Amino acid sequence: MKIDIILAGVGGQGILSIATIVGYAAVKRGMYMKQAEVHGMSQRGGDVQSHFRLSDQEIASDLIPMGKADMIISVEPMESLRYLPWLNPETGWLITNDQPFINIPNYPDTEKLSEELGKLKNKVVINADQIAKDLGSARSANMVILGAASPYLGIPFEEIEAAVRETFARKGDDVVNTNIACLRAGKEFAEKL
Amino acid sequence: MSKTLFLGDEAVAQAALDAGLSGVYAYPGTPSTEITEFIQNSKQGKEGQVHSIWAGNEKTAMESAIGMSYAGKRAMVCMKHVGLNVAADPFMNSSITGANGGLVVVVADDPSMHSSQDEQDSRYYAKFALIPSFEPSNQQEAYDITYAAFDYSEKYRTPVLIRLTTRLSHSRAGVERREARPQNPLHIEENPKQFILLPANARVHYRTLLGKQDAFEEESVNSPFNKYIDGADKKFGIIASGIAYNYLMENFEGHKCPYPVLKIAQYPVPSKLVAKMVDECETVLVAEEGYPFIEEQVRGLLNRTGNIIGRLSGALPRDGELNPNLVAKALGLPDTYGAPVPELVVPRPPALCVGCPHIDSYLAINEAMAEYGAGKVFADIGCYTLGALPPYKAIYTTVDMGASITMAKGAADAGLRPVMAVIGDSTFTHSGMTSLLDCIYENTPVTVMILDNSTTGMTGGQDSHALGVLGEICKGLGVKEEHIHRITPLKPHHAENVALIKKELEYEGVSVIIPTRECIQTLSRRMKKQQAAKK
Ligand SMILES: Cc1ncc(C[n+]2csc(CCOP(=O)(O)OP(=O)(O)O)c2C)c(N)n1
Ligand code: SF4
Repeated sequence: MKIDIILAGVGGQGILSIATIVGYAAVKRGMYMKQAEVHGMSQRGGDVQSHFRLSDQEIASDLIPMGKADMIISVEPMESLRYLPWLNPETGWLITNDQPFINIPNYPDTEKLSEELGKLKNKVVINADQIAKDLGSARSANMVILGAASPYLGIPFEEIEAAVRETFARKGDDVVNTNIACLRAGKEFAEKL
Repeated sequence: MSKTLFLGDEAVAQAALDAGLSGVYAYPGTPSTEITEFIQNSKQGKEGQVHSIWAGNEKTAMESAIGMSYAGKRAMVCMKHVGLNVAADPFMNSSITGANGGLVVVVADDPSMHSSQDEQDSRYYAKFALIPSFEPSNQQEAYDITYAAFDYSEKYRTPVLIRLTTRLSHSRAGVERREARPQNPLHIEENPKQFILLPANARVHYRTLLGKQDAFEEESVNSPFNKYIDGADKKFGIIASGIAYNYLMENFEGHKCPYPVLKIAQYPVPSKLVAKMVDECETVLVAEEGYPFIEEQVRGLLNRTGNIIGRLSGALPRDGELNPNLVAKALGLPDTYGAPVPELVVPRPPALCVGCPHIDSYLAINEAMAEYGAGKVFADIGCYTLGALPPYKAIYTTVDMGASITMAKGAADAGLRPVMAVIGDSTFTHSGMTSLLDCIYENTPVTVMILDNSTTGMTGGQDSHALGVLGEICKGLGVKEEHIHRITPLKPHHAENVALIKKELEYEGVSVIIPTRECIQTLSRRMKKQQAAKK
């Protein structure tokens, strides 16, 4: 089994914690993993992406070839579209938050943005911010997104849940429980589609 | 042993610790910063009392490491590629002194300039200094090579260079560790002439270094990190170095590459292996990350046969990072592509954080400079370089660390008035102090703004060497006390700040204004820690 994911967002939105959790679960299953991150200048509110590769075979490249990614997981709608050249045009899935992060003056019209997302074949577009807020932790929107992506990851949900518990254990039961609730809510949303 | 997930940088750090490192010397710089930070946070490093405090700049780092090597212990120096320009003097001369304790120089290059002002290729520096170098292709190799590099350095009593590139430095994968080796005991260099580079000694040492070159090449030919993998189809031969090897192999996933492949991760270039490939294959593709370093050597000046292709021939782009698709195209394999980026997607450039003290500094600078017209603010490298972008558009130059003050001086010497230099606190102690001294020596009319956010912001918030003492440093260098001011870059102080800057711009001499307010990022991290401690 092999799965190639582009994680996308804006510097500071915490896309890497998604990778940490999935990576943890994957490595625990004995899978190989490579994850190219972006550090440095663009972390100051610029566009950031991470190439995240999992496989039961050894992985050669740290970068995913164009047109071959199985999934784009994005915490920001415009950013999700930036990486379409990497997504497999037939079988790839795009999972994104629909809440824009507007820190530039020329951010596109949000209705046109939804239209553009609507054109895609395989997609989960979710208001992760709202769901996270309703569950009491606006900062856990990325866990909602991860939950929404979970049915397509090929890793049993319990194992992802265990990885979330492990990752947040240091921060106490409350934090663990809200993050798990967010994860589950995201999963339910995706499964209802 | 089980595998641990490491960034390429972290693999280097862990290997150095396991190889008995006694000190890492470094100045932060993307993509090399995480090497030193890993050692700073490592339990093993703390228990072994491994030195890991940041150095003032790359030159002081290199010199300290040479000193540790002189004392017989294993030392590592880490920097980004342009840092080696700053450290070039001690680096070049360390190849003449040679090493006593293992001396490893790790340089992280940044092809595609993700966070840099150029994409220079450090392999040239190793060749220039006539020392061996390594270029790991993956995280495991980064570990294994670093571990081996210290032995190599001690075996041949030479510094060695490890070249990383951004993608490896900042990519994570599982790494298997080896047994940790104890640190070296103190053991001063025995030859009293070894580290005294008087011409008479240096000539002898230089010949010794030249005498080692054949052995270095033999090491490359026999290195476990260089591999000649034969293939039946001799239409192509492929030389792939460092991370380019992975991009090549990505194209042959699940089946063997039909062409002979020479994987290079250790230099000097193993010419025997290259000759075998050039003799046997019709066309040789050289895939390398960075400059056409190998390609240039293989094809030579004349390139009579024209059968060596790569970045110089145009088979691969001359600049920027490689990727699996570019290598596929160079081999005539089908290219792949998803959907195009929709037109409405616009660039999202990096920007100063909301609440950043530099914002208030630039608002004041822009207002004070407005009446003098554009082109008179010389800046430097750090978060504040983002002041070049809208909405501030406040600065006109950024060249290298410390250049703001001396470029402003040159422009003032040329007759430009008034001139202003903008420099960060960490950049000032890295390379700005001698620039300021030049201005003081000639009483150059320049207004220097040292933006003191108490940290090295751009690279993630490392301690700043001049914390709390910038004023004293300027005074000690010779700036007149009445022309040194600390101001607070906050809205309520805006009007008085503008007035003060205007007044100093009129002064025909050196003034220093120090806007002082902590970086929002380090401040909020500190607050969170404090809160956690209270709980
Ligand atoms: C020779 C060299 N070394 C290191 C760097 C990496 N680097 C760029 S900016 C910077 C620090 C800037 O800190 P400071 O001057 O305090 O400004 P701030 O980012 O905090 O605003 C560093 C280390 C570089 N570009 N060149
Ligand atoms: S990291 Fe600090 S210095 Fe850099 S932009 Fe953000 S607040 Fe400003």
